[in-house]
Amino acid sequence: MKQAVDSTEYQTHQPLLAGHTSRRWLFSACATTFIVALPVFAVFYLALFPDENIWPHLIDTTLPRYLDNTIRLMLGVALITLFIGVSTAWAVTVCEFPGRRFFEWALLLPFAVPAYVIAYVYTDLLDYAGPIQIALRDWFGWNSARDYWFPQIRSLGGATLMIGLVLYPYVYLLSRAAFMEQSPSLFAVSRSLGHSALSTFFRVVLPIARPAIAVGLSLVLMETLNDFGTVDFFAVQTLTAGLFDTWMNLGNLGGAAQIATVMLSFVLVLVTLERYSRRRQKQFSARDNRQPVHRFRLTPGRKALCIIVCAVPVVFGFIIPALVLGYYAVEYFEQSWNTEFFRNTVNSLFLSATAALTTLVIGLTLAYSRRLHDTPGMRVLMRLSSLGYAMPGAVLAVGVIVPMAGFDNWLDGLMEYWFGWNTGLLLSGTTFALVFAYTVRFLAVSAGSVESALQKVTPSMDMAARSLGQGPGGTLIHVHLPILRGTLLTAALVVFVDCMKELPATLILRPFNFDTLATYVYQFASDEMLSRSALPALIIVLAGIVPIILMSRSIGQSRSFN
Amino acid sequence: MRMKFAASALLALSVLPINASADGEVNIYSYRQAFLLEPLLNAFTEETGVKTNVVFAKNGLTERLEREGDNSPADLVMTVDISRLSELVEKDLTASVSNPTLEQNIPEYLRHPDGKWFALTTRGRMIYTSVDRVEEGEITTYEQLADDKWNDRICTRSGKHPYNIALISSMIAHHGEEKAQEWLQGVKDNLARKPQGGDRDQIKAISEGVCDVAIGNSYYYGAMLEDENQRPAAEKARMVFPNSDGRGTHINISGVALTKSAPNRENAIQLMEFLSEQKAQQIYAEANTEYPANPEVEVAGIVANWGDLKPDSLSLQEIADNRDTAVRMVDRVDYDN
Repeated sequence: MKQAVDSTEYQTHQPLLAGHTSRRWLFSACATTFIVALPVFAVFYLALFPDENIWPHLIDTTLPRYLDNTIRLMLGVALITLFIGVSTAWAVTVCEFPGRRFFEWALLLPFAVPAYVIAYVYTDLLDYAGPIQIALRDWFGWNSARDYWFPQIRSLGGATLMIGLVLYPYVYLLSRAAFMEQSPSLFAVSRSLGHSALSTFFRVVLPIARPAIAVGLSLVLMETLNDFGTVDFFAVQTLTAGLFDTWMNLGNLGGAAQIATVMLSFVLVLVTLERYSRRRQKQFSARDNRQPVHRFRLTPGRKALCIIVCAVPVVFGFIIPALVLGYYAVEYFEQSWNTEFFRNTVNSLFLSATAALTTLVIGLTLAYSRRLHDTPGMRVLMRLSSLGYAMPGAVLAVGVIVPMAGFDNWLDGLMEYWFGWNTGLLLSGTTFALVFAYTVRFLAVSAGSVESALQKVTPSMDMAARSLGQGPGGTLIHVHLPILRGTLLTAALVVFVDCMKELPATLILRPFNFDTLATYVYQFASDEMLSRSALPALIIVLAGIVPIILMSRSIGQSRSFN
Repeated sequence: MRMKFAASALLALSVLPINASADGEVNIYSYRQAFLLEPLLNAFTEETGVKTNVVFAKNGLTERLEREGDNSPADLVMTVDISRLSELVEKDLTASVSNPTLEQNIPEYLRHPDGKWFALTTRGRMIYTSVDRVEEGEITTYEQLADDKWNDRICTRSGKHPYNIALISSMIAHHGEEKAQEWLQGVKDNLARKPQGGDRDQIKAISEGVCDVAIGNSYYYGAMLEDENQRPAAEKARMVFPNSDGRGTHINISGVALTKSAPNRENAIQLMEFLSEQKAQQIYAEANTEYPANPEVEVAGIVANWGDLKPDSLSLQEIADNRDTAVRMVDRVDYDN
């Protein structure tokens, strides 16, 4: 009797035997989560001790505007990224049109452009003194800015566009992967039941791809919420701007930490709502997608439409910014070329690669532990470990400093007491601190994508492997890793590119005399000298392209592999 | 698991301890861009053989110093804006320096009474007017910015920027909170557009005809004049030294402070002395078209052409003390919107 009860439980809650060895997985998941969540807890801790209560003043004055702008920015970016990301992903996956293979990877290129760089570039271009307005004035014989109306790039709308243009690749990447995994037969069945292509798209394709799109969108929204560079430059007063105002101008770190906590709850509510709304869904890939996709043959008009839809984001998100940077790089070459570039590039590559690998291993550990122990507690752990992504980089950096310097000083005191040694600051101010910060910040990216990919692998795979004598580790290595290869590579490369662009935490935590490409760009850009930083900015973009092409190829291969 | 070991090995490798407290070094946490300090620090190393190490960030370094505590490798903090320096003092992170060279080179109003910070350069917060649309002498004081005459003609960057906060603080110190708020409201009502961009963008806006009057630090104007592509825009604007017939122009400083925990105290003080002397003051001021803090040092280049700066003698500490009031005032008049 007992046996029977147990086996039903397996089917509903724990399909995968949580045996002896998997305790180790549980333990390592808990330990890792604890360490990774420390900086976030440090921010919560700081929030308990504000210098004074900022809320009455905020509520009386700027808070309504902060909230209004933040919500509008997030909505706008969500709409843009969803529209571009999903439509282009659908086009390149199931339609046949000239340039499709090119767009498959080119659509990822804007991802390599940091948001603050694209903001600088478009301001230069669309400003009064920029080429476009000069041409308009020459054409129409206008003399000054008061003679005509021109859309103001430094505005909420401008910020929404800029951020949307460089962040849509998250949605594109994840929805494309989801579309490719879908079995073509589902589509065929829907059509044969009388649904049009459009209705099939909305009633079959999108709902199935929804978890992946939701992951992509939540990454987009978290990055939007945290962005300070762009909104500051465009003078858009969002919650993040208020946070920095409280921190830097009022010198109230505790108050700033409180705002960060509020923003975090914002994100948590969103993510939870989305998950709750599809709590009853469970999908496992049918594994019949070995057959090649039959892409639609389109009429010439529709082909042209596909080309336009795919070309617009690439042109505006990548080609134009790259051309402008290239122009400045040539123009100011002598002032900006020096030997530090090589070192900065190596620093960026080394840090980003290390962080990408670390993040991947930890993300895999967590996601797999959750597969082994799919309990509410484990789900909470997963969410906790991803919180770092929902915090502005500079705040997270302070969150990293608190426990790390605390640990260093504690160890130093201990060593001094017992052995008379002075260990000083062992971890603070080293590249370890940077790798740690990157891991905390970007774990959400890798853990999220590994988790959603792992969920699609049917549990019968595990059962088969386990019944053939493999332990949880063996199952992971021999079964899941090969299946997930494409996802893992993609996750690692996304984190890699994100780390290449990371700025605020790097600035605060780095060792002496240490620059990455991003910090090097920033020191000039922050002194209102974009032109001198064009060359390193271009290198960040170019360095991001290689992994992006790799990423695209790996996705293509993972399909044929399946 | 093998991957995990590889990762931990990589992690271990990534801990490259930077031996920061070896002999003959000074470690600097800087809120100023490293490239601005480079020529100075190179000159120092050449002269003394002492190596300098820098971390630059726009925020968070104070928190880093605070948390690192007694074990912090930092010897000096270099910064712009008085409120940063006074924050360091408030948090008790800086040490008093009593040093005859420094006290002789830096005038009393440009250093902390107990030597907890020293100014290295000063910069005026200037008014710029359109060469074409504003007569010379039409505006000569900050107070006049609130005149109805300038309705829809003024451009500034965000009211929350530290440089504007310091200017508003000085208005509060001179006129009291109520009058200062009236003034700020008046300036806000005169704005030609929502505050945005940096100081250079305001000067550019004059050349574009968006506005006729702007506020900006002196060195940005200097830097624009030195940049071939930006010079035409700068030449459309005239620089005015506000209140030079009265209390003087509001200035802010860039400065240096010795940390309490400084492991290389002697080298650090040596560097502070060096920075206050003729040679360094000249390099520093010229590289960024600022005014040297040491009154013995002649201003050179573009800055000399501008004529004499009469600084407002208001104590910088008082400006720092009014910071919070100023920040809240900016919110109350809804300046940035």
